Amino acid sequence: MASIKEQFEIPGKLKTWAYALIGIGGVALFYGMFTKGFSTDEHEQVHFWGTLMYNTIFWTLVTNAAMFFLCFSTMAQAAWMQSFRRIAEAISTLVPVFGSITFAVLIYVVVSEKHHIYHWLDAAAVAKDPILKGKAGFLNPTFFIIWTTLAIALWSYFGYRMRQISREADENPMDAETAKSFNIRSMTRSGFFLVWFGLTVASTVPWLWLMSIDAHWYSTMYSWYTFASSFVAGMALIALWVIYVKNKGYLELTNSEHLHDIAKFMFAFSIFWTYLWFSQYMLIWYANIPEETVYFKHRVQGAYKPIFFLNLVVNFLAPLLILMKRSAKRNFTLVAFMAVLILFGHWIDFYQMVMGSLMKDHVTLGWLDFGILGFFVGVLILMVARSLASKPLIAKNHPFLKESIIHQV
Amino acid sequence: MAQKKFVVGCFDDEKVLFPAVKQVRTAGYKIKDVYTPFPVHGLDHALGMRETSLHTAGFIYGITGTTTAISCISWIFTKDWPLNIGGKPHFALPAWIPIIFELTVLFAAVGMVLTFLYLCQLAPGVKKHHFHKRATDDLFVMVIECTEKTNADDLKALLNSNGAVESEIQVAEDGWWFGTYDTENDNLYKQVAH
Repeated sequence: MASIKEQFEIPGKLKTWAYALIGIGGVALFYGMFTKGFSTDEHEQVHFWGTLMYNTIFWTLVTNAAMFFLCFSTMAQAAWMQSFRRIAEAISTLVPVFGSITFAVLIYVVVSEKHHIYHWLDAAAVAKDPILKGKAGFLNPTFFIIWTTLAIALWSYFGYRMRQISREADENPMDAETAKSFNIRSMTRSGFFLVWFGLTVASTVPWLWLMSIDAHWYSTMYSWYTFASSFVAGMALIALWVIYVKNKGYLELTNSEHLHDIAKFMFAFSIFWTYLWFSQYMLIWYANIPEETVYFKHRVQGAYKPIFFLNLVVNFLAPLLILMKRSAKRNFTLVAFMAVLILFGHWIDFYQMVMGSLMKDHVTLGWLDFGILGFFVGVLILMVARSLASKPLIAKNHPFLKESIIHQV
Repeated sequence: MAQKKFVVGCFDDEKVLFPAVKQVRTAGYKIKDVYTPFPVHGLDHALGMRETSLHTAGFIYGITGTTTAISCISWIFTKDWPLNIGGKPHFALPAWIPIIFELTVLFAAVGMVLTFLYLCQLAPGVKKHHFHKRATDDLFVMVIECTEKTNADDLKALLNSNGAVESEIQVAEDGWWFGTYDTENDNLYKQVAH
């Protein structure tokens, strides 16, 4: 493997783009923060903080999905992803960064009692409301702050532990015994992450951060729906980085066989997302109980109708029809295109999940949304590239690497 | 039903098999098939086999199922026998989606299984000639059909020089038949003595 380029060097163009995006996005972010976020008009406040919230939560969960991917693959002793595992690791280094932004935004929203975002923050209203009173054991500022802190801190910490153990496969060749214990230790560490992931992303965190915006409403599908949305976007992000880095002449060991499996994840979890979307929608449509239909009323029949159906076309029909063929999943250009489409689609999904509940009367999609999106994408590009450049691209002594090299679908 | 002449070469290792396949194909012979005890990665590519169209057929069956479900349910519930179910509109698409999905899967699955059986000429009672019994155990069996231009002995020598552990010339039934494996029936199988 002497010909393998192990060291990623950040292309100048990528840096320029990242700085440009951070610059433009940062201007939009801060201009929005001072004109809207700190304005006296509550409507404007909700617009700004809501927009920032869905962006930061989306990117935190998407980058966290990269670590989830690594952990469940490790747990299943999967080998095929070893040739590009450093890409997923680099993406997961963003969890503490975006997590801190999410933490700051959410804590600010809760501490400053923005009850137009989280209705359950309004103590006077809760006291008069039997439904909110019943939920108060879960939906209260103290628990919210503790759980949010724990969630973000432990994702970051368990993710860091996973990345650390992966570095052990860099330098010294392993004999059979070392490899065996390395494997067991990797699985143990991924276990911690997975359990915590199940207790947070797959259940409580979407309830707290997103579903509690509609404080009276609940759906048992909601957390899985959020998880599916962020996971499929996470796979799309991994695909995009793999294709980009490969295109720059690195990742010689990753080929269309690996791409095929990544694209299978994108395809399968788009279907899974639709399954949850539909399960949530159909039961509420069928029962037709006002307490439940309140969530869909303005989405299906109101201002959010175009966004709502665009969501379904971009995130279900497009992946279903375009990614179905084997040759499509092995085509780098097409998978790159679909990855961008899926990322955009699930960003729109998060948009309608949050803003659809906060600004029921009109669609607010505009300069603020794209500005903040640009800021996050810029930070993502810069930090992932830096993280990639800071360590070898291949964990060359990983016991499963050989299996990944000869991987064939 | 027609009897044809085949040259059969047996290999006991994939590592020997792959170069042999390459050599035989380079020499200009068309390999009928290689029978293996287990699926061998990349062998279909080495043999230059066309990718299967089974999935395209599956897609068409699936679409047929979707169309059948949509047209049947919508005709029944809006034209033929409209019923008021829970005050829902007659054209109640969300309620139909699960059935549409089920019918899509049913048509695709059954259709693909039947197509697969047809393509592989498999059915209860259908028998086909086995070129070598150990193909189901531990041997990779390469079969080349002889044309009038083929010199079977040359081919046999080529197989042997490429690492075949056994090689023979068989005249055997090419298609399938109903019935039993009757080794005394000369119409079905006979080994050419050399």
